[in-house]
Amino acid sequence: MTPTKKIISAFSASIFIFSTQLAQATPEIQHWKNEHGSKVFFVAAPELPMIDIRITFDAGSARDHDIHGLALMTNGLLSEGTSKLDADAIAESFENVGANFSNSADRDSATVNLRSLSDKKWLEPALATFIAVLSDPSFAETVIERERQRALIALRGQKQSPQSIISNAFYKNLYADHSYAAPTLGYEKSMSTMTRRDIQTFYQRHYVASNATIAIVGDLDRKGAEALANTLTAKLGKKEKIATIETVNYTAEKKRVHIEHPSTQTHIMVGMPSHARGDDDHFALFLGNHIFGGSGFGSHITKAIREDRGLAYSAYSYFAPMRAQGPFVVGLQTSTAQTDEALQVLNDTLTAFVNNGPNDHELAAAKRDIINGFPLRIASNSSLLNYVSLIGFYDLPLDYLNEFTDKVDNITKKQVRDAFARHIKLDQLITVTVGQSADEG
Amino acid sequence: MRSKRTLLSLGLASLLAAMATQAQTKPSDNTHEYTFENGLKLIVKEDHRAPVLVSQVWYKVGSTYEHDGISGISHALEHMMFKGTEKFPDGEFDRIVSDNGGRHNAFTSQDYTGYYQEFEKSRLEISFELESDRMRGLLLPEEEFKKEIRVVMEERQLRTEDNPQALTYEQFNATAFLNSSLRIPVIGWMNDLENMNIDDLRDWYEQWYAPNNATLVVAGDVNADEVYALAKKYFSSIKPSAIKQPKPRQEIEQNGTRKIIVKAPAELPYFISGYKTPSLLTAENESDAYALAVLSAVLDGGNSSRFAKKLIRGSAIAANVSTGYSLHSRGDTLFHFDGTPAQGTTIDQLIGAINIEIDLLKTELVSQKELDRIKAQVVASQVYQRDSISSQASTIGALESIGLDWRVIDKFVDKITAVSAEDIQRVAKKYFVEDTLTIAELDPQPLDTRKPKRPSTNLRH
Repeated sequence: MTPTKKIISAFSASIFIFSTQLAQATPEIQHWKNEHGSKVFFVAAPELPMIDIRITFDAGSARDHDIHGLALMTNGLLSEGTSKLDADAIAESFENVGANFSNSADRDSATVNLRSLSDKKWLEPALATFIAVLSDPSFAETVIERERQRALIALRGQKQSPQSIISNAFYKNLYADHSYAAPTLGYEKSMSTMTRRDIQTFYQRHYVASNATIAIVGDLDRKGAEALANTLTAKLGKKEKIATIETVNYTAEKKRVHIEHPSTQTHIMVGMPSHARGDDDHFALFLGNHIFGGSGFGSHITKAIREDRGLAYSAYSYFAPMRAQGPFVVGLQTSTAQTDEALQVLNDTLTAFVNNGPNDHELAAAKRDIINGFPLRIASNSSLLNYVSLIGFYDLPLDYLNEFTDKVDNITKKQVRDAFARHIKLDQLITVTVGQSADEG
Repeated sequence: MRSKRTLLSLGLASLLAAMATQAQTKPSDNTHEYTFENGLKLIVKEDHRAPVLVSQVWYKVGSTYEHDGISGISHALEHMMFKGTEKFPDGEFDRIVSDNGGRHNAFTSQDYTGYYQEFEKSRLEISFELESDRMRGLLLPEEEFKKEIRVVMEERQLRTEDNPQALTYEQFNATAFLNSSLRIPVIGWMNDLENMNIDDLRDWYEQWYAPNNATLVVAGDVNADEVYALAKKYFSSIKPSAIKQPKPRQEIEQNGTRKIIVKAPAELPYFISGYKTPSLLTAENESDAYALAVLSAVLDGGNSSRFAKKLIRGSAIAANVSTGYSLHSRGDTLFHFDGTPAQGTTIDQLIGAINIEIDLLKTELVSQKELDRIKAQVVASQVYQRDSISSQASTIGALESIGLDWRVIDKFVDKITAVSAEDIQRVAKKYFVEDTLTIAELDPQPLDTRKPKRPSTNLRH
């Protein structure tokens, strides 16, 4: 079989881009498809004798359908047993060579990760187990039962955590019938009734080569990375890529939802679905949010809530763009007696920003912060792996990092204001509070 | 059917040898130490992998320096360190750092308080200018304090009051330590925060913030001599002060198991227990401390450790279970266990299963295979740590701040490798004794009943 390699170089003539502030060397991201049709993204990092691998599958909890918690359960079970190795043997074979294995799932995706020393003596045993875990999970009934019980404990644990309660309620209210509405951890009912067959079916459908994005950062050359990438998916199934996640049709009216909880603080989240990865407004929203609540001290929301009034330890805002429209969130936690005051300040601050946008001074300051600090974003193999995986999984332009500072630099005040106006509708915001209600107690 | 191990024991020995070669680069490579006449120590770790740097200032003060009535003051002062000097009034610090694309924050622990900025490599001077200025020049305006202490109380509510496991830990710790400052929570008791005033903070600042009580650590794409010259410019003229160390308050001997129940609204049962142990600094014989660290890894050093294999998977008695041992503390410490029982099992059953594991450590030698695994993990983690300049700088700063020479980082792998099965058995017998045990159990109360709200504090102007 001849491997089809589609190589798009991230760079044209130079590996340097010149922004207004400084010359920055951005790492070259090499991209191709491996023998089995998986997208591969590779950054050579020969400085340290180690390798990071992340395989991201389009297999997040948005794919659960009615069996909530299935994506996370399937992902978690991968390292709990293969046809030849039990969970103990799997853990030993990684840890005996100092390798770190981890896995995770969120709404959009599921990942398996390996960090290993790059010397073959260490890498090869870890890699063999990594591939087995990925390609040959056994999903034994006894293991499923044990992990089901642990998942039920985790679900009970969420009931004593205001952070978990509010996050689940926020998504449920924002996403209603959309597949983002349910928590990745699932519900007690779905977790209790999930069967081995459900798990096997989910695995066979989603953990296939065409559905995998491979990111590799570390001490190997292009040839080595090509061979490695081919090996990783050699034993995976070959079904077709699955359908994209439905877009969010958000029509809700402004509302407030309260959940009673015996905490001394009331937790607050305000927001609505905003935009998907790759949206044209992304950089304008990113820059605007940096000014409004994304950069900690000095940002509007932190200043109004914490610095000026001492109402909260943490007051923040963020956009979480996803495959479909991810949320915009403004949040804080405050002593229950101050809930109304904090909410008023939050809403006033948000309304002012959406209506007026940033001023010239703020815009310039935020650009300096982001542009001057850009080298920090890509200074470690871990942070590079995060970016490369993100670029790969969400089909972002390969020059995403090269263009990053220029994109930010070119945003105008008007673009920020217009982007916020397009995405943040003040009359459609959902407010969720978790704590003790004000009228009693 | 269980498969054959990927690696045979014999193979492991040669693997470890090869690992040692691979890790030939010592953690202390390219690290330079300077001391100024005013007592400030500067340590520079050159790492030219990426065009960035981290600059950290560590003060030798934290909750173990505090006493009753002013608990949490080191942490409260850390918050106030961002509230302005004459040269850089309130808000200027954040503005200048962000204008230069920096990231910054601060942290307080039992033994130290630290401040850091991360910058693109050409901007170190900004850090030094700001940090040297606030080492002595803090204004501590009362109006700002009145707001900020409320922020700290909100932080305490978020981290502790509304987190049943953290609440249990705090009371467990105050039960295990009766008269030493180890009992003091870093965030402070709420009542102490409510009664803290700006004069308390002024005194604390005067007492501890001085060049001869600080360590400056810089890591990243810098030249050590240039860093020295720059540090000299900004820090060398700062006057040292007479640092009056707190009285030792040596913890009284514990003569019997202490057990407490903590009731809080919660869903899951939880326990935490701990035996009194020395740290690397306080151990009469340092091999005890390294042996305790390896013992902790035998039980809970990854997914192939005994707890994961036997308690979470094998008997499935635990939903979660872990150990903790702090090798690097300036005083004694606790070797602790904590966990949540699996569905259908009780805390007593879980503690019983842990006790069986503790007895096993006392009666049977751990296998060479387990020791080899831990050594491999330690060797590899030293390489992985080099992926982060902040992590490298923090290791140096923390060691210096507790009073250990940072060069012990070079000995770490050898010391861990030197721990034998017999050492582990010895420390298990020596330290895991009932008379120094403290146990706290969370007794979950219904989540649907109201509890009294905190009255709103009267601190606003």
